[in-house]
Amino acid sequence: MNAPDLASAGRRNFLRQSAAAGGGLVLGFYLNGTTQAVERLEKPAAGGAGFKPNAFIRIGHDGIVTLVSKQPEIGQGIKTSLPTVIAEELEVSWKDVRIVQGDLDPAYGRQSAGGSTSTPTNYEDFRRLGAAARLMLVEAAARSWKVPVGECFAADSAVHHRPTKRKLGYGQLVDVAAALPVPDPKNVQVKDPKDFKLLGKRIGGVDNHQVVTGQPLFGIDTQLPGMLYAVFEKSPVFGGKIRSANLDAIKALPGVKDAFVIAGTDDLRGLLPGVAIVAESTWAAWSARKQLQVDWDEGRFADQSWSGFVAEAQRLSKRAGASVLRQDGDVGAALAGAAKTVEAAYSYPFISHASFEPQNCTAHYKDGTLELWAPTQNPAAGQELVTATLGIPKDKVVLHITRSGGGFGRRLSADYIVEAAAIAQRVKAPVKLTWTREDDLRHDHFRPAGFHFLRGGVDAKGRLIAWHNHFVTFANPVSRDGKTSLVPGSGGSLSGDEFPGRWVDNCLLEQSAIECGVPMGPWRAPGSCVFAWVFHSFIDELAHAAGRDPLEFRLDILGDKAIVAGSGERGTPYDVSRMRRVLLHVADKAGWGRKKFPKGQGQGIAFHFSHRGYIAQVAEVTVAKDGSLKVDRVVVATDIGAQIVNLSGAENQVEGSVVDGLGTLMFPELTIERGRIVQGNFNDYPLIRIADAPPKIEVHFVKTDYPVTGLGEPALPPLAPAVCNAIFAATGKRVRQFPLSRTDLRWG
Amino acid sequence: MSKYTLSINGHCRSVEAAPETPLLWVLRDSLSLLGTKYGCGIGQCGACTIHLNGVPARACMTPVSTVGRKQVTTIEGLDPQGEHPLQRAWKELDVPQCGYCQAGQIMTAAVLLKENPRPSDEDIDGAMAGNLCRCGTYLRIRKGIHRAAELAAADKKGRK
Repeated sequence: MNAPDLASAGRRNFLRQSAAAGGGLVLGFYLNGTTQAVERLEKPAAGGAGFKPNAFIRIGHDGIVTLVSKQPEIGQGIKTSLPTVIAEELEVSWKDVRIVQGDLDPAYGRQSAGGSTSTPTNYEDFRRLGAAARLMLVEAAARSWKVPVGECFAADSAVHHRPTKRKLGYGQLVDVAAALPVPDPKNVQVKDPKDFKLLGKRIGGVDNHQVVTGQPLFGIDTQLPGMLYAVFEKSPVFGGKIRSANLDAIKALPGVKDAFVIAGTDDLRGLLPGVAIVAESTWAAWSARKQLQVDWDEGRFADQSWSGFVAEAQRLSKRAGASVLRQDGDVGAALAGAAKTVEAAYSYPFISHASFEPQNCTAHYKDGTLELWAPTQNPAAGQELVTATLGIPKDKVVLHITRSGGGFGRRLSADYIVEAAAIAQRVKAPVKLTWTREDDLRHDHFRPAGFHFLRGGVDAKGRLIAWHNHFVTFANPVSRDGKTSLVPGSGGSLSGDEFPGRWVDNCLLEQSAIECGVPMGPWRAPGSCVFAWVFHSFIDELAHAAGRDPLEFRLDILGDKAIVAGSGERGTPYDVSRMRRVLLHVADKAGWGRKKFPKGQGQGIAFHFSHRGYIAQVAEVTVAKDGSLKVDRVVVATDIGAQIVNLSGAENQVEGSVVDGLGTLMFPELTIERGRIVQGNFNDYPLIRIADAPPKIEVHFVKTDYPVTGLGEPALPPLAPAVCNAIFAATGKRVRQFPLSRTDLRWG
Repeated sequence: MSKYTLSINGHCRSVEAAPETPLLWVLRDSLSLLGTKYGCGIGQCGACTIHLNGVPARACMTPVSTVGRKQVTTIEGLDPQGEHPLQRAWKELDVPQCGYCQAGQIMTAAVLLKENPRPSDEDIDGAMAGNLCRCGTYLRIRKGIHRAAELAAADKKGRK
């Protein structure tokens, strides 16, 4: 990672500053070696209209503070929250702040909205960035007044002179401040959190007004003069290639400007072979596509089916795993000697991200330069894939980051960006590629399906002594340097450290993979989003087998060792004390063990550590006699460190994670027949609707002294097991398959 | 291609389009009214909700040739200042996450409030059943509609 972190501050110039076009103070921080960015900052473009901000802070003579949001906004609220961190330290009133979305630019360091990393990797840097600017403004005021710096302080977008009660607004100080040397970051004093005025408060999303008034914000809203509209038809069978297509007939259709084959590559997640239709409007392109006839060479995945995968998983489960991820003690002997044993198989299907704004990208190739407007979580990946696939030099690929209508990991991939780029290379005009919903659901980089074949045992005292999991996952063939290997999808590899992997004396974790053509990619909390469900459901089965309370059973497994060291790739040390704290907190707030429920109602509990966050949840459900489920209440306790950046945004993320986790448990399922995804739109791929959202979600942020971490993902994984464990408490029925409709919950 | 004169947000707009073209794409591609969103194209998600003579309609399922003289209202025309009680409530409660569905949510809710100024949770769940939110902001949508009902009532009182 190239993220600018303060640990390496000594190796680089922390701050550079210069007068911006038209005056004002500009601050940015740069890694050593990114001279290009520094040059551009020091030689800003002339004029106001075309000025491209390339630093994080700009203060104008009018006192308006413009902050750059470098991270892609996908609904996680980062465009509001990270700039708040600068504003807090800068002592600027929020009303004086304007926020602009940064383009892809090495000056900003890493720009990727993935892994819930935006906050933890930027929080401390951004504080110091704001604090450095504040120090310069205070110094500038002290010089103007010819008074000691110690008599001055910054507040409310101005520097105040304490003895005389004089003040100078930031806009009045920019010229003096711009001439000052930049303070050494080591000497920059950040604020005491008890003095925070913005952080931890509820601050509404900075684009909310534009959102509720329907102003263009999203990638799909991009319009350029002379723009054409494109659609791209790919093989319904993954990995298929084109033999022929009726291009001449398509080109003769109304509004169609061009139609052509793009040969594509063998990379299942790259530029796939397909037919582009370019037209005068989206509808003309989509209409013409209905007449398109392509003869596909469907390739070697044409016989794959979901029922075939299920049978293959069963077959593999009867053999030893292809790899051993963890082996502690002697599972066989422990199971043979156990007082009680439980055996169960859990499974979940492939699902799509279904980000609400379908994939799209606008591209303009002119004079050797490619300009892109993309709703992306990972703009650098788009630039790199375009360069690698189409040979356009990296410095000739300009990428504008638009707001994304949802991400959920889908837009970490760049397939739709390289498609737009390849089409634009052929078209002498700007072109917007828009996927249909069917394209989006059927050509996703799907969440990997999986099968877990589990055995567990408890001893006479009801303690967990044996855990065996044979995980059957899915892998894509990936070619590198002429060699092809099988690589499990993102989130399709289990770590030997995954809970309860480090906590059971006799533990055997094995993994086998089924080769498939279904392209896979990261889906919100990859791996965790399904593993937490499987493992906390099975732990619940073992707790009930042992005749023990599910909370007490879990506390017993966690033990009282403060920190359990990691050994694998997910091997961050696991802080048991933090997990125990949120677990006990959620149990207390939910009234765990203090409530009596009638048959058909119950509580379930689960916890999970991922993305640096410790989260525990309790769900309360009602299952009617006809088997219909209502989640009545969800209580969440999180430990994501010392500071909630934006209380409103943080609560929104947790509520959204709960609803997303529940929706994914209840509804969506993709099946595969003859190598094709069967489902195509929201009529056969349902998403959760308002009536199924829990009426009550209670969010408790347990504040600790640990570093500040992210919240886009970690609150999702514990939801499904908490709900399924509650369903068991209510009905005695155990849910071992996603989606919920596969389990008959009728009772009585 | 045929010529149509549409009444959109109180203005007459002339467009040329094939008769079967969904109003959604006429709004977006021909008229640059981009607030109405494409989500599914089959009337399942509600992202393209507009008003036709004050009744919620799916722009993706409305061929332009069927619009005729009906008054079309899009999110851009819901309130001249963008200060409809729902828009104020949405901002006050910070309802959106990604925001892509919210124009459709607001357009559906606006008709609900017109017909039922004090809806219950059940009323809301019923009226909003056709509008998907992938981010899961449903709790805030419920709260937002209740809050908008309060704001609208206060506005009414203020005018008296």
